[in-house]
Amino acid sequence: MTIIETKDLDLWYGSMQALKKINLSMEEKSITALIGPSGCGKSTFLRTLNRMNDLVPGVRIEGQVIYNGEDIFSPKVDVNGLRYEVGMVFQKPNPFMMSIYDNIAYGPRTHGIKSKVKLDEIVEKALVDASLFDEVKDRLRKSALGLSGGQQQRLCIARALAVQPKVLLMDEPTSALDPISTAKIEELAMSLCDRYTIIIVTHNMQQALRIAHKTAFFLLGEVIEYDTTERIFSNPSDSRTEDYVTGRFG
Amino acid sequence: MIERISGTRRTWCTVMKALCYLSLILVTALTAFMILYVLFRGVPHITPQLLFTKPSTLRHTIGILPDILNTIYIVIATLVVVLPIGVGAAIYLNEYATNRKIVELIEFAAETLSGIPSIIYGLVGMLVFVQFCSLGTSLMAGALTLVIMNLPTIMRTTQESLKTVPESYREGAFALGAGKWRVIRTVVLPTCVNGIVTGCILSIGRILSESAALLFTAGFAHNINGFIDGLGSAGATLTVALYVYASERGEFDIAFAIASILMVLTVIINLLTGYMGRLMKRRNGQ
Repeated sequence: MTIIETKDLDLWYGSMQALKKINLSMEEKSITALIGPSGCGKSTFLRTLNRMNDLVPGVRIEGQVIYNGEDIFSPKVDVNGLRYEVGMVFQKPNPFMMSIYDNIAYGPRTHGIKSKVKLDEIVEKALVDASLFDEVKDRLRKSALGLSGGQQQRLCIARALAVQPKVLLMDEPTSALDPISTAKIEELAMSLCDRYTIIIVTHNMQQALRIAHKTAFFLLGEVIEYDTTERIFSNPSDSRTEDYVTGRFG
Repeated sequence: MIERISGTRRTWCTVMKALCYLSLILVTALTAFMILYVLFRGVPHITPQLLFTKPSTLRHTIGILPDILNTIYIVIATLVVVLPIGVGAAIYLNEYATNRKIVELIEFAAETLSGIPSIIYGLVGMLVFVQFCSLGTSLMAGALTLVIMNLPTIMRTTQESLKTVPESYREGAFALGAGKWRVIRTVVLPTCVNGIVTGCILSIGRILSESAALLFTAGFAHNINGFIDGLGSAGATLTVALYVYASERGEFDIAFAIASILMVLTVIINLLTGYMGRLMKRRNGQ
């Protein structure tokens, strides 16, 4: 079933058009990868899906993003409610300057959960889901900034999971990490996709090939090709896709 | 190759180096002289009677307890008013304002305001707070004048520390569905609390050292009051008392004693500022 669909989505930064007529539909409970060379608009597209681009001055958007049957740009939609359902993990791990526990509890607390028992439960579950629990269970009250880069990124995933989103957007979540941490995050993404819809931007084509069910290839603000990952990498219909996935440019 | 550097050039180098060295000696000597002279003349006169009594005409004794209390009151009153306004303005400029032109204009105005000679603040304070608002010559009028004087300092230091909070923190919190004010209160402000404290310490330093603005607005009285009564009545701070004792009563020993106390306080404040700066670096570098 389709959970997010974009219709003729255009986006401008000032006078520069960064996205041109994007029509994509993302399947529920699957992993969709967005690939393409730097500056092709894939991160911009991802950040449009939970309206993070609202924070950037001078952005203008036309077209529609339909989430669960509703246009997210409609005035009826509360942007905080949208971000509650569509969570995000960033390129650089960005834990807050708080304890590990408080980082994870931040989202639930924001949405009004105060009960300590309930919070304990949520924090533990999120950490288990992000396969971080065993590594940090003895230092939940210590600063999150003392964790390694890979652990910090899994903490950020746990933090996003703690509000039980439907969709998890991942913006190059492993580009700042070492190979072992990268493998852990990929494993994690695959283990989460039976419960969450994951949309991941990646620079690493092998990563898309390893984890994604479907892949979209972006170039200069347009989607050139969108198909099952297998087809994109083995038998693409557009020659530009082929050139990119075989490493001839980008 | 050596001979290519001519004799005159080598002499020139030596002379310049000697001049720099001389400047250094002068600066060190002057500073040391200043500090030692004040301490030498002042410290012997710091007695329990001076610190813990008020002046008495009958017994011909001088005590600066009222002035110490006045100083504390005026520092508290000023900070209580200036902090919310200054920090609030900084938050608005940094987190909410979208028009860069206006922000820059306000920053420029604040910059200018902090460079104005303090006697001008005193003059305006006297006309506006003392007379127009009919507060009379009082610590409250003095404190409000100091509020205007310190507003730019608090605003600018807070703003600078808000700017050091990485954008990724804000994004992380927004992405969890937090509203603007919640992001500011729970993520942005705690991260830059050290910067705000540094601004406070700098302001306390300015309040301690202020005399001109207070001469016009807070007056010269040496009575012991409680906090609330104190604010409503005239009173001299330590710095003003120093001026009064030295210039009107010729009590140079007392003036130097007060000067020593102020100098020690200044050292403590400088150390505190440095400590806060280091603390901030350590926390941001983690």
